Order: sequence, then C-alpha cells, then structure tokens
Amino acid sequence: MESLVGFDTLALHAGASPDSATGARAVPLYLSTSFVFESSDHAAALFNLERAGHVYSRISNPTNAVLEQRIAALEGGIGAIATASGQAALHLAVTTLMGAGGHIVASTALYGGSHNLLDYTLRRFGIETSFVAPHDHAAWREAVRPNTRLFFGETVGNPGLDVLDISAISAIAHDAGVPLLVDSTMTTPWLIKPFELGADLIVHSATKFLSGHGTVVGGLLVDGGSFDWERSGKFGELTEAYPGFHGMVFSEENTVGAFLLRARREGLRDFGACMSPHTAWLILQGIETLPLRMARHVSNSQVIVDFLATHPMVERVGHPSQPDHRSHELAQRLLPRGTSSVFSFDLRGTREQGKAFVENLQIFSHLANVGDCRSLVIHPASTTHFRMDDAALHAAGIGPGSIRLSIGLEDPDDLVQDLKRALKAAQRAGASGVPAGASS
Amino acid sequence: MIITVQGAPLYVYTGGRAFDAAKPTMLFIHGVLNDHSVWGLQSRYFAHHGWNVLVPDLPGHNRSAGAPPDSVEAAAQSVIALLDTMQIERIVLIGHSFGSLIALEAASRLLDRVDRLALLGTAYPMRVSETLLEASVKAPEEAIRLVTRFSYSGIAAPPSALGPGTWLPGLGRALMRRVLASNPDHNPFHAGFLACDRYQGADHAIAQVHCPILFILGDADQMTPPKGAKALIDQARSARVLRLPVGHQLMSEAPDQVLEGLCLFVK
Repeated sequence: MESLVGFDTLALHAGASPDSATGARAVPLYLSTSFVFESSDHAAALFNLERAGHVYSRISNPTNAVLEQRIAALEGGIGAIATASGQAALHLAVTTLMGAGGHIVASTALYGGSHNLLDYTLRRFGIETSFVAPHDHAAWREAVRPNTRLFFGETVGNPGLDVLDISAISAIAHDAGVPLLVDSTMTTPWLIKPFELGADLIVHSATKFLSGHGTVVGGLLVDGGSFDWERSGKFGELTEAYPGFHGMVFSEENTVGAFLLRARREGLRDFGACMSPHTAWLILQGIETLPLRMARHVSNSQVIVDFLATHPMVERVGHPSQPDHRSHELAQRLLPRGTSSVFSFDLRGTREQGKAFVENLQIFSHLANVGDCRSLVIHPASTTHFRMDDAALHAAGIGPGSIRLSIGLEDPDDLVQDLKRALKAAQRAGASGVPAGASS
Repeated sequence: MIITVQGAPLYVYTGGRAFDAAKPTMLFIHGVLNDHSVWGLQSRYFAHHGWNVLVPDLPGHNRSAGAPPDSVEAAAQSVIALLDTMQIERIVLIGHSFGSLIALEAASRLLDRVDRLALLGTAYPMRVSETLLEASVKAPEEAIRLVTRFSYSGIAAPPSALGPGTWLPGLGRALMRRVLASNPDHNPFHAGFLACDRYQGADHAIAQVHCPILFILGDADQMTPPKGAKALIDQARSARVLRLPVGHQLMSEAPDQVLEGLCLFVK
C-alpha cells in the first residue's frame, strides 16, 4: 500500500479516515483527557500493553495519533511521538537512550536552544556532549567515548546552513554502535528523507514548517526502526528488563519498535511533555499543505538569495545555493529540491546599521521563530544564540552582523522591495551616523 | 527465552510470563521474513489470561540460529521438536500466512495433541510469483517493497503493535529488513517463499485434522485473498470463518478483532 501512495497524498490522508461514528471527513479534535474502558479486563489489558488503545491523553490521544502516523508515513518511519515542543522531543530522545554517565557527540551547528540543552542543562544531570564541526568527519569519529550513546546533528545546521552528510556521519555512528538522531525541522521530509540516508531517529520542531502558520508550539520524535539495539549491546534501557514497567524487555516486545515503546511508556508517562490535541490538530492542518508551502518557500528563497547576493550592502549570503558556501556541493547532492528557506546574510557596516535594517523592514516581522508562512527576520547573535561566546558563534557559522531571514509565502517582488527599502535605510544610517528611522 | 531445539538455539517469546506446566499452551507461528513480534498484542494478552504462549522466531529468523526451514514440512518438524523438547502434550496452534501452512502441517502430524487450530491469512496452494521469488534473492529490498505494498489495506490503522502512532507499513518493512539482516549466511526471505510455493501437502494434512479450525481472513488481503482458502475450508471437518475488512497483516491491522476471534475460539 505504502508505495502506491505518493508524498502529497500521505500529507493529506496518512493516519486518518472518515470518522466512523459521525462521518466527519476532517480529522476530529478529541479534547478528552481520558477514554472509557469497556470493562475491567479491557482496562488492565490496555495498561499492560496486551491491547492497543487510548487511556489518558498524556500517553496518547486519537488526534495526536493521526499526527504521529502522518509524520511517520512522510518520513518513512515506523511510528512517532508528539511532544510539547521540539525541545521536548529532543529531551525525550536523549533520556530514552541514556541517563547520568551518558555521552553525546553533536554538531556545533545547532539551534541555540538545543545547544543550551546539551551543553549546559543535560551536563547538570550527568550527560555530557562533545561538539564537533558537522563537516569534520574525523572529529566525529575521534569524539567517540566508551560511554557515547548518541550522535546528533541538524539536517541543515541552524543558522549557517551547514548540510550534514547523513550517510557519512551515520556510518561513523553505527561503527561506534550508536544511532544518529537528526533534527529535520528546517528541511521537513519534503526536502530530505534522513532515514533513507542512514539516520535512525528524527526530531522536528513542528512549530516551524510542519505547522507552518506560526500558531502553535509542538515537537515530533520519529523512529526509523533501523537501529539494532540488541546488536549494539549499549542500550540496556531497551534490551534488559525494566522494573518501571513490570519487568518488560522492550526489544523482546517489539523487535524494531523498542525505542518508541520505552519513549512513550516511560518518557511521556513520567516526564509528561505531551502535545495538546488542539496543537496536534493545528499541525495536521499545516501538514496538509506542506508540499505546496515548501515549494513556495524554496522558490521565494531563491529569489531573495539572488537579490541579496548582488546587493552592494551585503557582504555574504550564507545559502548553500551559492557556489562559495561550504555545503554547496553536498546540498546539490542531498537536497535537490532546495535547502530550506531559513538562511543568514552578513550586512556590511556597523551594528547600528544592522539595527536600522531590521527596524525598517515592513513585511518581514522581527521575532524569534522560523518556518512561518510570513517572512521573518532576527539578529541571532543578540537573540537565539546570545549565550554562545564568539568562538562558539564562529563555529556555528554566525557573525556578529549576521541577519537571519525566514522566507515566507508572500509575493516575492514585495519581499524584494521590502529588503531594498531596509537596505537603503541601513545605508543612510551609515552615512548619517544616526538610525534611519530617526531621520525620516 | 532461548532453548536448544534440533541442536540449535531457538528463541521463544512467552508474553512476559514464565512457562507454567499447569497451564494450557498456545503456539503462534509467524510468516515469511517476520518474527515473534507480529503476534505481540495477541500473545501477550493470552499470556496474562491463563495461558502459556510460545511464540518462536522460526529457525534462521532473527534471534533463532541455524538455517531457515526450506519446506513447510521441515518447519512443522521444528515446531513439533519444540513441543517435544518442552514436553508439551496438548496445544492450540495458530499460524499466519506461511505460518498457517506450518501450523496445518504440524497439526496433521500431532493429531490428537492439537485442541484447536487457527489459520490466519491462509491460502492453498500458496503460490508465490516468479517475480517475487527472484526478487527475494536478487533484489530483496525491492521484494520487501512489493510485499509491503500488498500487505496492508489502508493508510489509517487503529492503534496497533506499538500503540497509537504506529505507521504499520513502515513497521512491517523495518521488521523484514531486520530479519533479513539477521541471517547473513542464509536467505530466510527466499527460503520462506519457496517453501510456500512448493508446499503440496495441505489436502492430505487437513484430512488428518480432527480438531476445530478457525480461518481468519482479510477481505482486502492481496497476498492471500480469501478465495484462496475456500478449498481448505470446504475440506475441513469443523471450520469456522471470521472475515475482517483488512489486508494480509490481520494481527496488526485489526488487532482487537483478531484477539476477540481467538478468544471466542478457544473459550
């Protein structure tokens, strides 16, 4: 069945059929905390994983389950878990695989929030992370320790757009007996299918392109079912009896689904960072048009990249479509449809001119988000990545004058005009020494 | 648990409960390139409702060592050897697809030792196309894609093996890949298909079976369409038929209906 159905059809239909009780065609929103048991025996069977069904919406919910099936279908995975945010999805992945004493090897080119979680917060709980440049394959290999349990990187690193060579890095991870987890928030399965390249787990901040409208916060954790936890021998959490669930050995219960079983039965149960069904419903609305939106995001981005690349006020455009970008060749190979509509560029001039640029944009909104249908702008060094020192910023491909854009779905000519206006204001600010807005 | 059967380690899932000689026993048999986990929900239920369950990975599949059986008869003999090793006298046999032929053949040899026989997604003859037979050797990933394509009836399954949020075609494909990778010395994919295709003993076997037989068939099954089971149903001494509106992977596409059908059958 699966290969009879194309991506666009899955985006609309996977996990959902007309509601058998009412005939509702759209996915119903099940705003119910709990679900009635048919009998005491039915209740006990649900709790003990003898039957599959819904008990309590922290663990599962029918609306969330549609979203989980849909993203798993689009990614080519075996299943998924919806979480309260992308950060919650990352946290769920890590804590399912390791406790204190665990070690992660991660790319330096990460979303600032992920960097914080790995470098500061998880370290406080005894989980250490070594950061390596995403393109430095030798560094990934050399960073492996006996207690390493996970490799982690972004498909296209935030915000410098370093493309992760998933095939190469997953091979290194597998040699070390650990899985590769990738954050595919920026790319979505429309641009790249990480499982087909060797990744084992995927996280999304569904807040971004998947929902696409800047209305919700949510995350998704998807399992490709490819990693052999028993063969690795490093994951007693999945291959040995778990006292917290009646001595269950997750890898025996399900040969390829042990990770998802434990993540849901322990991680959602105990940490509780579940997704609201209303959020799931809104993300489903977004995914229904994902193919159409991503195509427009990508084509609009190319118009903006081409415009900025030739503008005299722009020193550099950090987009893999540019021949001088470090990941240009890799992007051509792994991301033939495009590499995302979130990218940064360096403005010539002073910090004051950068400020003038941002403040004189009218269509672009100055805020901390990406992947909205509306175009967005932010200054990473002072916002999303402000906790990183200069060296870490440099390693992540961020300069003090870098401006990050998230290109939306507006008419591309209007976006170009908006940028032209703001660049002119920045130019004037440089000439007058005062912010452009103050002189007009 | 791992026990030695016919000189090789055989993995047997017991539903999270230790074997208890005082309880009646069910034995579940999986199909081509599958393993015990396709029976996860149903077997775990029975294990916690008064039964011993034995759910082996067939020889040469996943955790079980050795060569995969090259015929239905050889597979049936390995099942009988398991029962003999564990000194189990009476049994309920349940098989899916290739496993249904194995269960039928084993029942014909075990005779009065079998109390009930349940055959899911079954057909006889169980012909496998030349294309699929060849692909299982020369292009197994393509063969897995074809089997996945024909094994599921829809893209909106109810909560299943991993609970809510399971994408069944992906789960089935990942399991087949894993089982194939588990045996670098033999090809359980080709061996299973060949065994199904060449089996000619079902007419004789079903004539030997005196116990009640339950057929659970999927109306949307493209691998073993229900009409393929008609000859067996007609020949069975005591047959019940449960038709479900799903495809070949009945246990995952309709886990509750399969369980309820089995519960009624063994009550």
